[in-house]
Amino acid sequence: MSRAAPKGSPWPPERSADSPVLLKTSGLVKVYRADGVSVEAVRGVDLELAVGEFVAIMGPSGSGKSTLLHVLGGLEPATSGELWLRGQRVDGLSTSAWALLRRRHIGFVFQFFNLLSSMTVADNVELPALLAGATPRQARKRREELLSELGLTDKAGAAPARLSGGEQQRVALARALANEPSLLLADEPTGNLDSSNTRDVLRLLRRTHDRGQTILLVTHDARVASMADRVINLFDGMVADDAKIVPIPRGLNGVRDVLELRG
Amino acid sequence: MRQPLLALLAKEPAHGYELKLALEQTFGQAYPSPNIGQVYVTLKRLEQDGLVRSQDVEQTTRPNKRVYELTPAGREALLAWIDEPSDGPRIRDEFFIKLILAPMTGLADRIALMNTQRRHYLSVIRRLTELHADTDPADTPARLLIEGALLHLQADLDWLERCQEEFV
Repeated sequence: MSRAAPKGSPWPPERSADSPVLLKTSGLVKVYRADGVSVEAVRGVDLELAVGEFVAIMGPSGSGKSTLLHVLGGLEPATSGELWLRGQRVDGLSTSAWALLRRRHIGFVFQFFNLLSSMTVADNVELPALLAGATPRQARKRREELLSELGLTDKAGAAPARLSGGEQQRVALARALANEPSLLLADEPTGNLDSSNTRDVLRLLRRTHDRGQTILLVTHDARVASMADRVINLFDGMVADDAKIVPIPRGLNGVRDVLELRG
Repeated sequence: MRQPLLALLAKEPAHGYELKLALEQTFGQAYPSPNIGQVYVTLKRLEQDGLVRSQDVEQTTRPNKRVYELTPAGREALLAWIDEPSDGPRIRDEFFIKLILAPMTGLADRIALMNTQRRHYLSVIRRLTELHADTDPADTPARLLIEGALLHLQADLDWLERCQEEFV
């Protein structure tokens, strides 16, 4: 599903209200139990994500945002409630069924990159495609495309540890996109990066989104969240706010105008 | 504009229009473009206060121009301004007053106020981020000003989370 983003088109791209629903939850609950103590991390979340949307989840530490993301990606089972992905109910799937589903439809990016340190950058990016059944040739072709797009072609043979944090996160992004997932989930993707690397990763996420990639990310960084079409504020395991970001019209005087806004 | 003009005159005497240009060049996009009338009015006031003095310089092909220079009192005022720590962050701003008074009005609840404010901050952050990307990398003052504004907004959002913890 690649969609050309013509230059000068409105940003974020206009999406009709009836874009198909990619992900939907209803009354989603996640309770952790240990030593007779239970903690309700997610307490009844209803949300809908349309194909092509870019949604950010914000909220204080402990508000349940990472847990919610992990449940949505099947990394942890929901305790109760419904979870639907591409029209299919998935909350009751087994671990192995989830693994299959993720391989084909969900890409994950984490705060600490989680690259395989014993493999080269190229192998890290090819692995998901190979696991999903691509031929080595197909996997290599896709890897070359992705690395070139992310400006990492010359790092293909390097070990991840030799790369900067920003480069490692770009590799992680390439790996997450290797199987052209329906949904890209990212957990604090810039949480461990300095501001110039944050800008690079942001630019890539935005470009990926402009091509039609659906993205759901958890972040504490307001610059990252402000790039989304919609921001969900999670508080105490529940949705406290869910709103589209209304872009401020561009004035004629650039910086001067904007700084006026701040008084 | 008083202190910036004093600072520019500390370098060398100049006339009004030169000062306007120097302000523009020094700050790039990071300072509101000064209106020449404003520059002259400010210089006149500084002169009345004894911080600058001026004299007419004859020009052969054009009307005389008035050149300003710093007086010893002006230099002292400038030094005092530079030495004194600048104001800290905004405190007790309008939103804060609204948030505290909201329950008394019976018109707005705090959660709605906090949500509105968060959305507004995020919109401003988006605009500033775009602007940062569009700013000439050579315009260091403008880039730093935008980055400062972004960091302040991030702090405002963090503080909103604190309010949420207390009030929800």
